[in-house]
Amino acid sequence: MTAALSIKNLQKTYDNGFQALKGISFDVQPGDFFALLGPNGAGKSTTIGIICSLVRKTGGNVSIFGIDIDKDFPAAKQMLGVVPQEFNFSQFEKVYDIVCTQGGFYGMPRKLAEERTEKYLKQLGLWDKRDTQARMLSGGMKRRLMIARALIHEPQLLILDEPTAGVDIELRRSMWTFLEEINRQGTTIILTTHYLEEAESLCRNIAIIDKGDIVENTSIKSLLKTLNRETFILDSSEALSTCPDLGGYSGRLIDEHCLEVTVEKGQSLTELFAALTKQGVTITSMRNRANRLEELFVSLLAEDRKGEGDQ
Amino acid sequence: MNSITMWTSFTTILRREVRRFTRIWPQTLVPPVITMSLYFVIFGSLIGSRIGEMGGFSYMEFVVPGLIMMAVITNSYSNVASSFYSAKFQRNVEELLVSPTPNWVIMAGYVLGGVARGLIVGLVVTLIALFFTDLSVQHLWLTVSIVFLAAVLFSLAGFINAIFANSFDDISIIPTFVLTPLTYLGGVFYSIELLSPFWQGLSKLNPVLYMVNAFRYGVLGVSDINVAWAFVGVLVFVALMFAWGLHLMTHGKRLRH
Repeated sequence: MTAALSIKNLQKTYDNGFQALKGISFDVQPGDFFALLGPNGAGKSTTIGIICSLVRKTGGNVSIFGIDIDKDFPAAKQMLGVVPQEFNFSQFEKVYDIVCTQGGFYGMPRKLAEERTEKYLKQLGLWDKRDTQARMLSGGMKRRLMIARALIHEPQLLILDEPTAGVDIELRRSMWTFLEEINRQGTTIILTTHYLEEAESLCRNIAIIDKGDIVENTSIKSLLKTLNRETFILDSSEALSTCPDLGGYSGRLIDEHCLEVTVEKGQSLTELFAALTKQGVTITSMRNRANRLEELFVSLLAEDRKGEGDQ
Repeated sequence: MNSITMWTSFTTILRREVRRFTRIWPQTLVPPVITMSLYFVIFGSLIGSRIGEMGGFSYMEFVVPGLIMMAVITNSYSNVASSFYSAKFQRNVEELLVSPTPNWVIMAGYVLGGVARGLIVGLVVTLIALFFTDLSVQHLWLTVSIVFLAAVLFSLAGFINAIFANSFDDISIIPTFVLTPLTYLGGVFYSIELLSPFWQGLSKLNPVLYMVNAFRYGVLGVSDINVAWAFVGVLVFVALMFAWGLHLMTHGKRLRH
């Protein structure tokens, strides 16, 4: 099957000599919901910039649905929609005009562009704002406006660079639902985000990039299976003056009602609860200290940097 | 993209450009009209009546074609320079760069947007001029062609200026320090026959002189220079500017990293 996006040995060195990408390779399959994660400055936006032609690559190959961007970039662009990290629309244009005009840039007849503009502005809850200048919109509305604009030509591959940055939780969840629906309808989605909960909840496959290299590229499920330890916060009904005996588990008392316990891979939670019950400690609730993907993400980056230090 | 989709893309850019300068008409259409009206009143009517004839015509008749051309040139230039630089500044130029629209279509759309503003301002200035003098065009097609070509040329120049510009100051430097002197010394207000041979020769290096005189020839039937050379010169410059602009776009000069 032809990959929706195929990146081979992609390199980018900026004019000042900074090597942003050191030869990364990964594929995204059609219909996938793919997370491209990494810390700030890792090379995510450079990768996206190259895919959509705003950044010139130094080496390597990029194909979108089998179309090599070096051979027929316009055809590849027709398949691609991009929602950038920063607002990049005219602040003085009306919402309707911004979306409809973008359809024209893709060669869509005016009538079709108008129909699609209405469709996506309604789906993204912006129809009432269609005659408003973009600068008057809230941050969340501006993000949705960029999504509507990217969808106007109904691309088969949609890339979203931190689409929910600075968006409140309610709106973020409604955007997740919308993106899941788009993905269900067949659009391949690549997402970069700093909210790892978002990546874990939406994406099936993942690539983690750090300092211009891919440090992990696998399915989210496989990645989570490699988690060697999880840290839980346990809430006790009684006030505790000292940390109870945790029966072989490492942990500490955070405050008189809160225990932090680390459970290694292979250890059972049942034994932990048995040990606590034996000491008369009643646990009323339990939660992960951090998102599981977040724990993995941090440990992968730490390993990567340790590896660099060892060399 | 095929020719139909390219045409759609071109008309979309052009429509957006026209929408932009008509939306901010108090900034784009009114000031040149007021300025030119003042020129008509002061230079044409008040001072002109004391100057007497120039090139065999009253000073008002002589100065009107030059002022119309000056309005077309400055408005074509500034429209594209400010519009394309604003698109760079607000980053909405990326809307076009990520689309399949070819670079030459992007250029053509912006340039024709500048031409549209230049011609609209030129038309309004012409209508105002009719309050001050009778204008009977001697060579209609020549007049229309040279004014169109001049608008294209200066729109292209504005486009290139916007590509190189890094700040709003950069798009006012060329109009202030290059375009205005060239226009004022380009035979708008006087015939170069009034100058000494040395200054006449120097004036003939000024491209604006050729456009103003070709336009004046179309309207009045008189010119300080050979009109055929004016057309050749403008066409050559249009081709060179277009090639330069396209080269800059293709290499992503200050547009892509």
